[in-house]
Amino acid sequence: MTTTASQLPDILKRHDGPILKDWVKEQLSVSRPEVTSESTLRQQSQRFLGLLRDAVQSGDLGDITGPAWTGVREMLDELSHARAATGSTPSETATFVLSLKQPLFARLRQEVGRDADTLADEIWRVSLLLDKLGLYTTEVYLKGREELIRRQQHEMLELSTPVVQLWDGVLALPLIGTLDSARTQIVMENLLHRIVETGAAIAIIDITGVPTVDTLVAQHLLKTVAAARLMGADCIISGIRPQIAQTIVHLGVELSNVVTKATLADAFTIALQRTGATIGKGAGR
Amino acid sequence: MERIPILRTSEFLLVTIQVDMHDRLAMTLQEDLTDQIVRHHSRGVLIDISTLEVVDSFIGRMIGNIAAMSRVLDAETVVVGMRPAVAITLVELGLSLPGVRTALNVDKGMDLLRRSLHGTPNGGS
Repeated sequence: MTTTASQLPDILKRHDGPILKDWVKEQLSVSRPEVTSESTLRQQSQRFLGLLRDAVQSGDLGDITGPAWTGVREMLDELSHARAATGSTPSETATFVLSLKQPLFARLRQEVGRDADTLADEIWRVSLLLDKLGLYTTEVYLKGREELIRRQQHEMLELSTPVVQLWDGVLALPLIGTLDSARTQIVMENLLHRIVETGAAIAIIDITGVPTVDTLVAQHLLKTVAAARLMGADCIISGIRPQIAQTIVHLGVELSNVVTKATLADAFTIALQRTGATIGKGAGR
Repeated sequence: MERIPILRTSEFLLVTIQVDMHDRLAMTLQEDLTDQIVRHHSRGVLIDISTLEVVDSFIGRMIGNIAAMSRVLDAETVVVGMRPAVAITLVELGLSLPGVRTALNVDKGMDLLRRSLHGTPNGGS
């Protein structure tokens, strides 16, 4: 199959206007007007047709990764991101490209209508090209999404691991959200570094904000406790809700080596006692 | 041969590991330390590993062994000054050194030993 034989460049050149008109009509019939307005759609379509025309004229029809397709790819990148931001689904974005098939096929049939073999060839080639471009938009869409998720994960990690000093020699680590391996690592490092900085002898790990405790989370907690102990600091786990206490026992997690308290206040009282400080309501104490 | 010096204070032995701990050195330390405990009737041993940057499972186990041996000889062992990275590594290796007492620095380790030897609240051996 030789690409030079394709009539697509020629058709795109000569029937520019009608193709655009048909295409926009086609898109309007399937798109939601609240997502993309007609004028934007028309503008985008026109730009894409122009870039496509240039690309097929200068380049290879089979390979959209080549330099001739840079313009088209950039435009699709931009379009995909813009659509994703306005809340389009990936299939809606891909439809933008795929809906060009019908008007193009209609033109092709007009041009080479009598020769069935050539027509089939041409349609196959154009179809293949548009499918690739359609898939490309989906890929870009997904990449954008993944990047967003990665960034948010990163931000969450930074947000969620504060180590606060409650008293001279007493640190608290209020954990919020599910503990996975990556987070545990960061939590552990933060805590250990703060222990060195402050010379704390006691660290209270408060798990009030941890929604579920399974064996893995418990294991992560125990690792953190063990590491802190190696540094010479005792850990108290507080904020254990009734359901979590039940779960821990049902799972057979061994927490007997660790001091556990129901509330942060209880843990703090114990911590103060151990550091030798006293605190009371009366003014005389 | 290279050796890790063991310093003797009035009641305790102080071991400061300031070089890269290799396996041979660890074995020698183990022998020297047990000898010294017996010779000086020491009741407490402080092992300062604040300059130790790299540990492997062997060194981790060796620290545990030294502590266990000292205990047999009726001397409390306190490991002090472990770095965060070392602590994390040991935990990840599954060596949380049960039975070894730890403290943040030599000062606190000394306090801990005194408290446990002179029968104050934390009640030692």
